Amino acid sequence: MGSFLLRRTFSLIFVLWGGATILFLLFFLLPSNPAELVASGGGNRNPDPQVVANLEKKYGIDKPRFQQYTTYLGNVVTGDLGTSFRTSEPVIDIAKRRLPPSLRLAFWAVLIEASVGIGSGMLSARKRNSVGDYVTTITAVVLSAVPVFVLAFLIRQLTGVYAFQNDWPAWATFPPLGYGDNTWVLGVIPTGDTWKHLVQPAFVLASVSTAILARITRTSMLETMRMDHVRTARAKGLAEKQVMRRHVLRNAMIPVITVLGIDFGTMVGAAVLTETVFNLPGLGSQIVLSAKDYDLPVVLGLSLIVMLVYGLASLAVDLSYAYFNPRVRLGDDT
Amino acid sequence: MSGFLTDPLPDPTPETVIDESATAPPDPETGVDSSLSEVGPTRSLRADAWRRFRRNRLAMLGLFIVLFLIVVALIGPMLVQDPLDTGGISREAPTNQHIFGTDRLGRDVLARIVYGMRLSLFIGLVATAAETLIGIAVGAISGWFRGWPDTILMRLVDVMLGIPYLVLALAMVSVLGKGIGAVIITLAATAWLQTARTVRSGFLQVRELEYIEAAKAIGVPTRRIIWRHVLPNVFQPVIVLVAVGIGSAILAEAALSFLGVGLKAPAPSLGLMISESQSSFTTSPHLLFFPAIGIVLTVLGFLLVGDGLRDALDVKDT
Repeated sequence: MGSFLLRRTFSLIFVLWGGATILFLLFFLLPSNPAELVASGGGNRNPDPQVVANLEKKYGIDKPRFQQYTTYLGNVVTGDLGTSFRTSEPVIDIAKRRLPPSLRLAFWAVLIEASVGIGSGMLSARKRNSVGDYVTTITAVVLSAVPVFVLAFLIRQLTGVYAFQNDWPAWATFPPLGYGDNTWVLGVIPTGDTWKHLVQPAFVLASVSTAILARITRTSMLETMRMDHVRTARAKGLAEKQVMRRHVLRNAMIPVITVLGIDFGTMVGAAVLTETVFNLPGLGSQIVLSAKDYDLPVVLGLSLIVMLVYGLASLAVDLSYAYFNPRVRLGDDT
Repeated sequence: MSGFLTDPLPDPTPETVIDESATAPPDPETGVDSSLSEVGPTRSLRADAWRRFRRNRLAMLGLFIVLFLIVVALIGPMLVQDPLDTGGISREAPTNQHIFGTDRLGRDVLARIVYGMRLSLFIGLVATAAETLIGIAVGAISGWFRGWPDTILMRLVDVMLGIPYLVLALAMVSVLGKGIGAVIITLAATAWLQTARTVRSGFLQVRELEYIEAAKAIGVPTRRIIWRHVLPNVFQPVIVLVAVGIGSAILAEAALSFLGVGLKAPAPSLGLMISESQSSFTTSPHLLFFPAIGIVLTVLGFLLVGDGLRDALDVKDT
């Protein structure tokens, strides 16, 4: 287990380094000089060469590129992600402010995904070819074809705007934007009116992955139910409930748990669209804003944070895998 | 025990359509029990797959949608009005003259959507074609030569998979700028990873088979072995990935345009139209609904075809 942990940690560091390098190279293929862009207010004015030179010096982009790269990596190792071109705020501070909302949103979205997705998937598998099964399957297919931003906007419009205008009962109306009181107990449990702000974005963020998870659960359960050991369990006369709980579910849940873990990591970065529509102060929406502004240190730094969260989530999944399945931790690295 | 008595019957759902030959119902067209004809020597693998595909209603619906999209893309522009003509009344609700209404600048929404779907299709096809070529090249080199090229390429894939898709796309677009070319490059450069992995694992399996050894033994040149003997045999999962990939590319383009980093304003991008429609949703909902239906229809078509292909070709793990 120890060496497995070491190997996986090393590969996480490698992925982070590689990601930073790719993004760094990408940014220095930029056709335009970020200092010029900032000095000209986004290309609206003719920039003063002296101002541009000063900005280049300030950002450290007057030095050779390789030196910028090594300096950046060195700084990242010590926890310094640079400062924003636009606001001069340290990127690490922006990250500290923007990460918690994203983590909370992803946490609740994964909870919804797990309960609704696994629940309906199991139901589909048990009552195969029933009306419920077809409804689940078709909903899942259609949901994966609807753009998240359309879904988010329509839900916001229905329960956030239309509901208020037409005096729907309080339980069916949700505030359309932001986080309200923004008060949390234990980091993740919303209090005050915060939970009302959380409902819509959490469901929207969970929607597509819930649909996919329901289908994965269904397939996995159907496959497990056809396995020999399940037939044996039935043959020896175990009650159906026992067969399901002890022999089918345990095995069928392995891929499902994997997907859940990966999804948590993905959602932190993939919440871009949801955060934008609901105007939530998360990492994704900040990356979009900064990308539009060519605020490269912020995009780069926050991308690294997103990669770190994603990497840690998949590390956790792998560890739980290795814990439950000795074959994984005893080599076989393919 | 009821489950035991009912479940062992072959699953009529697509996932297990492969083992339905045992108790398949008589073919509705010929009236012949298909379990008999299925073992017949005359039908090719491709014909078999097509039969399975045809039996899958959702897949056929998807195929129908895709054909409809192609027809719209080819002859649609001849039938609709000029999408750039700003002569109409601003944000008019659907009328006889503009059956999908007009947008803020008085342009005909139906025309914009027809051109938009054509553009989506174009971007989806070109980006997926490029992505597939990159994926096949990388996967083939990795899987055939193994050794250090494999290590380097697969580490690159690991790293790029570690960067969340939308973040990587945003970073690329912020470098390449807006426009159709930039979006296509971004989509292709971020989407080839899965194809490369799939092709590689196919190569790793096939290259050990005996007929490859035989081909080597009689002195077939390596390039010919790769092209004629290995590639065709790893192609089935790639076809599935292509169908699904077109759908995801279209969704991704819409998302990038919606976020304001995709296509530029006059382009008839469906994502852009949806983004523009939001401020006036309460007064003119048609500006959101019609483009949204356009996207959903397009993506749905390709996803259904992809799913159907996966079942018909019995591809696992893609």
